[in-house]
Amino acid sequence: MREFGFERAQDVAGAVATVAGRPGATYLGGGTNLVDNMKLGVETPDLLVDVSRLPLDEVEMLPDGGLRIGAAVRNSDLAAHPVVRRDFPLLSRALLAGANGQIRNSATTAGNLLQRTRCVYFRDVTTPCNKREPGSGCSALDGWTRYHAILGGSEHCIAVHPSDMAVALTALEGQAVVVGPDVERRIPLDGFHRLPGDEPQRDTVLEHGELITAVELPPLPFAKRSTYRKVRDRASFAFALVSVAAAVDLEDGVVRASRIAFGGVAHKPWRAHAAEQALRGQPATEASFRAAADAELAQAQPRSGNAFKVPMLRNTVVSVLRGLTGQEA
Amino acid sequence: MPIALTVDGQVRRLTVDSRTTLLDALRERLGVTSPKKGCDHGQCGACTVLLDGRRALSCLALAVAHDGGEVVTADGLATDDGLHPLQQAFVDHDGFQCGYCTPGQICSAVGMLEEAAKGHPSHVTADLDTEVVLDDDEIRERMSGNLCRCAAYVNIVAAIRDVAGQTADEGADA
Repeated sequence: MREFGFERAQDVAGAVATVAGRPGATYLGGGTNLVDNMKLGVETPDLLVDVSRLPLDEVEMLPDGGLRIGAAVRNSDLAAHPVVRRDFPLLSRALLAGANGQIRNSATTAGNLLQRTRCVYFRDVTTPCNKREPGSGCSALDGWTRYHAILGGSEHCIAVHPSDMAVALTALEGQAVVVGPDVERRIPLDGFHRLPGDEPQRDTVLEHGELITAVELPPLPFAKRSTYRKVRDRASFAFALVSVAAAVDLEDGVVRASRIAFGGVAHKPWRAHAAEQALRGQPATEASFRAAADAELAQAQPRSGNAFKVPMLRNTVVSVLRGLTGQEA
Repeated sequence: MPIALTVDGQVRRLTVDSRTTLLDALRERLGVTSPKKGCDHGQCGACTVLLDGRRALSCLALAVAHDGGEVVTADGLATDDGLHPLQQAFVDHDGFQCGYCTPGQICSAVGMLEEAAKGHPSHVTADLDTEVVLDDDEIRERMSGNLCRCAAYVNIVAAIRDVAGQTADEGADA
């Protein structure tokens, strides 16, 4: 591991000033992904500013029925929070589908959002990778693509974002509260992670030094009827092949509105706007659900090694929506 | 960098390089060898300890980030009165073969039972609102971060189920 300095942040402003003023500095939360990447030589910060003890570890109910989740709230605490379980079950389900008990106890909300892809070529410093080393090429394009993107990829990168939690937060139209050297801003999570384009080294729209202090969720009463389904190669402690977060506003057998987002299939949590649009006002039938999935998947560009993800995702969408609307999943 | 850790009840002071993981600090610097280095990448669970009361992977934790922290290893679970109930259950149920993963399994199980006692749901919990019942599927899911290459899983689950049942009974009596 490359040598690095270590500082414990005393407050948000000081942490931001330190990291913003030093190009090689980065924040340390739970460390479950960053420390691993540093061991692999994938990430080589020269200074870590530990923000895990800043007082950002509260989950607060907002007056409007929304939720403010502190950046340092541990994944296990958020999953078990009674309000999350009651009002936003898809978020509990997504968190519980990720990693394992030990890692969820350490991993933070902001760190989960900022974790790096598990693309095998990104994590292997002996292979070309445009995300790790811009301009070196993408080994996945003609490589092993079982865990790679079918939506929104580019000729430079087909890595996927690995988070489950972020898929649920995107479906819920969460916003990251971000403090920079000059201003605080709110970034809708649908636009927080980027598509790779010709800059796959940039996972998110954050500027260097910006610190996530919280994630805010607006109220969504119909999220009580929501869930998260993850399809993976083993039953536990594995990344998604595909995943679906969904919430349905159902009245008299008709879908008034829905929220649908996909994981494991793109460089960002994929909000399925076309599917939601197709479903609006339709009867809650298998045919409607299939048509909604197809509306989104029309833009899929699978590779030979992951073409299976298209029918897998279509069937998962149908199964999840059937389950949420009281039909046999 | 100078740090202090409370390890199995004893305050230990040491100076570490910022790159030192909690696992290496325990094993190589303090001679506390019950946490094991398996994969060193957070995939096997052999290094599991109780960190500030919760199960965590010591191989992914930087020692400097846990200055002042309290660590309990499998070594520290036993008392003068004898083995911790989970340690005894692993012996009774033959919950290991080579034993390398066992300290991590036991620390993980101790943390897991406390999480379940607090009502934390898991991926396989059918209803997020109901009380957690630790059946075999729940135990397997909650212990999925601890691998056993000897595949003593059947007996590990039996050992944990045994202690989980005792805990539940005590709860019912109280």
